[in-house]
Amino acid sequence: MNIIGNFNTIDGAARPSMWKQHQRSFDLLMIAAAFVVLWQVFFQIGGSVALASPWQATRTAIAMLGSADFWGDIRTTFSAFGFSVVIEAVLGILLGAILGLRRLTGDVVEPMIAGLYSIPKLMFFPMITLFFGIGISSEVAFGVLHGIIPIILFTMSAVRNIKPVYLKSARTMGLSTTQTLFSIALPAAIPEIFTGLRIGISGALIGVILCEMFGSSKGVGFRLMNAVANNVVTDISAITLILIVFAAVLSGVLMKLDERLHHRI
Amino acid sequence: MTLGRIRLLVVVLCIIALEIVCRTGLIDSYTLIPPSKMAVALFHLLRDGSLTPEIVATLGAVLIAIVGAVIFGILGAVILHALPRLRRAIDPVLSIYYSIPMFVFYPLFIALFGLTDTPKVLLGFLLAVVTMIASTLNGLDRVPKVMRKTARVFRLSKWSTVREVILPSAAPHIFNGVKLAIAQAFVGVLGAEFILSTGGLGYQIFYAFHDFDNNKMYAIVLLVLIIVSIVNTILLGWERRLRQRRGLA
Amino acid sequence: MLTNLDNSASASTHPAIVRLNDVSQVFPSRGGAPAVHAMGPITLDLRQGEFFSIVGPSGCGKSTFLEVLAGLATPTGGEVLMDGKRVQGSIPDGVGVVFQEDASFPWLTVWKNITFGLKRNGVDPKIAAERAERALALTGLTAFRDSYPAQLSGGMRQRVCIARTLVMEPRLILLDEPFAALDQQTRLLMGDEVLNLWRATGATVVLITHALDEAAMLSDRVGVMSARPGRFIEIIETGWSRERDSRIASSDKFGTLTAHLWSLLREESIRASQYAKAKS
Repeated sequence: MNIIGNFNTIDGAARPSMWKQHQRSFDLLMIAAAFVVLWQVFFQIGGSVALASPWQATRTAIAMLGSADFWGDIRTTFSAFGFSVVIEAVLGILLGAILGLRRLTGDVVEPMIAGLYSIPKLMFFPMITLFFGIGISSEVAFGVLHGIIPIILFTMSAVRNIKPVYLKSARTMGLSTTQTLFSIALPAAIPEIFTGLRIGISGALIGVILCEMFGSSKGVGFRLMNAVANNVVTDISAITLILIVFAAVLSGVLMKLDERLHHRI
Repeated sequence: MTLGRIRLLVVVLCIIALEIVCRTGLIDSYTLIPPSKMAVALFHLLRDGSLTPEIVATLGAVLIAIVGAVIFGILGAVILHALPRLRRAIDPVLSIYYSIPMFVFYPLFIALFGLTDTPKVLLGFLLAVVTMIASTLNGLDRVPKVMRKTARVFRLSKWSTVREVILPSAAPHIFNGVKLAIAQAFVGVLGAEFILSTGGLGYQIFYAFHDFDNNKMYAIVLLVLIIVSIVNTILLGWERRLRQRRGLA
Repeated sequence: MLTNLDNSASASTHPAIVRLNDVSQVFPSRGGAPAVHAMGPITLDLRQGEFFSIVGPSGCGKSTFLEVLAGLATPTGGEVLMDGKRVQGSIPDGVGVVFQEDASFPWLTVWKNITFGLKRNGVDPKIAAERAERALALTGLTAFRDSYPAQLSGGMRQRVCIARTLVMEPRLILLDEPFAALDQQTRLLMGDEVLNLWRATGATVVLITHALDEAAMLSDRVGVMSARPGRFIEIIETGWSRERDSRIASSDKFGTLTAHLWSLLREESIRASQYAKAKS
């Protein structure tokens, strides 16, 4: 008899037992440990001319996070990231909502937007940099470019999936398109919109960092390429670690939020 | 007017608009050159053959990355599908994978492998393989149970079942995965060439960019757009026929 | 409880092809839900060459029975013997199954579907082609040999599955509600076809159906299964001649038979729905 963790609720429905939940956390830890072990192995093979050991990279990362200099770069990257997210969210949701409400335009444009997304966005980098100049504006533009399309597409889909009866009620109540948008369409569509936002936010981060890596004079991405140019292996590993951990944590948090939002409906 | 024709019209109008905006000087030629000039520059470049080795270099790298990604992707998905606990453990990694800037690994690869072709192929591979795994897993999940039961009735071995029943059943999803993976491989290889490389189309764009040679740069950008469009169109055509045969279209 | 109900005279004249001895199936408890006693204990002898139908309320364990019979599932209690040998873990040779869901392979033509099993079991290509042609003719699919399943109707796809099973020349054919997704007219026609095939091949056929008229019309014996856990309440000998077809539907015996089946089933269906209500 399995007494250890089997909940037998009154209605007989199955719930993940405590053992299962612990098992999941345990497995996650094992995977994380496996990555660290793999890293260490690569370190043994490649040597310290290629990359730093996990321990060293962590120490360097902590030291960097303590330096005011590095925080200057973090601020640059972060403000570009922040602006990107705000701009792409506002523009993306607005465009997506409009395209979702206007059937024909939406139908025409949707595959074109999806097609645009599969073009390597690098192709637009020269155009953007030439237009905005090297600096934070191109970073923001590049970030928006990376993230806005999922936001548009998901918002479109979300708005289209709103039950038509809501929209009909809006029309009989005499609401204008703007009013329908803000008081009916958007609230009903929030969970799916958020999924698009989640992907868009991660996209913005990638866009900003890429832009800094391609050609910039400030920011975390620039610091990385700078370390490459000067061949400071510990710095390369440390910055890579910081970026990965940040992206992973951000993504994890956003996904948990996404789950919560979807369970509410 | 069908939707397809409307879209074509929109695209043509955009190109014309771009042409006008550039020629009238609304956007200066240091930023953007008119599409017609891009086409002409590209034509000349292709004709004198200087781009051919670069095209070969980039497409070759993409090809290797894709072949690797498809093989490892399908294998990985089959293994993960057969080991549910491992799959549940790895699932968070697969989910957040594409929110991590994979390009940050590129310097690491260069440090490990030197400035050869390996780092960019590896980057293309890494970007492509996870979407391949995800799509294949999705396809494997959707194989109707009755297919597996039928394989057992015919007394097929485990390996035969996978090869002759399960994978063909999941083929539309696997094909979708290949489509997405090819797009990712292009992103990886071109991006790597742009960041740091000695050859390939991405490198040529970078070089022309820093040389302020807008004609050449935009010509190559146009070339990349054309190549990607052609590949996509071919893939979509195959996919449509595959789906029609299965009654999915 | 209910043991061997097979007391008729024909039991001794027809050898048993499959014996089930005290077979039961209990699905273990999982994730907090209690264990499910799905079927049994059942003891039954299937006679060689007979047409045996099983009817019963939804969820009574009919499909479980078929899976155990085919060797797709190993029973938790008792044993299944085919030709005297224990069926365990794998499908024995000579068993064909047609499932309820469409199992035709959408990536192969009808011809390739039908010859699928033949190729993989090393049958000589010429013989394989002959068998496939015959199966195509028997199921009326000759004109569609190069079509893909997606181009065929649901009924035709089931025929592909039947043809694919037939070419293997199985001695035991199991049909799990194969006509459930078809309309009534198609069902009647398919019923006649199945009878033709049964006579032509001389195989033993086990048909699971929820259509009482179908069971009454097609079978030599009809087993009525109880609500879960499924056990045979009664096994009825129909006594039809081997050369029957759907015209027997107009006979009095058919009416009586169907009515009797319904009265048995009605009780069990009520019991099954009460059981379901108690659970929720």
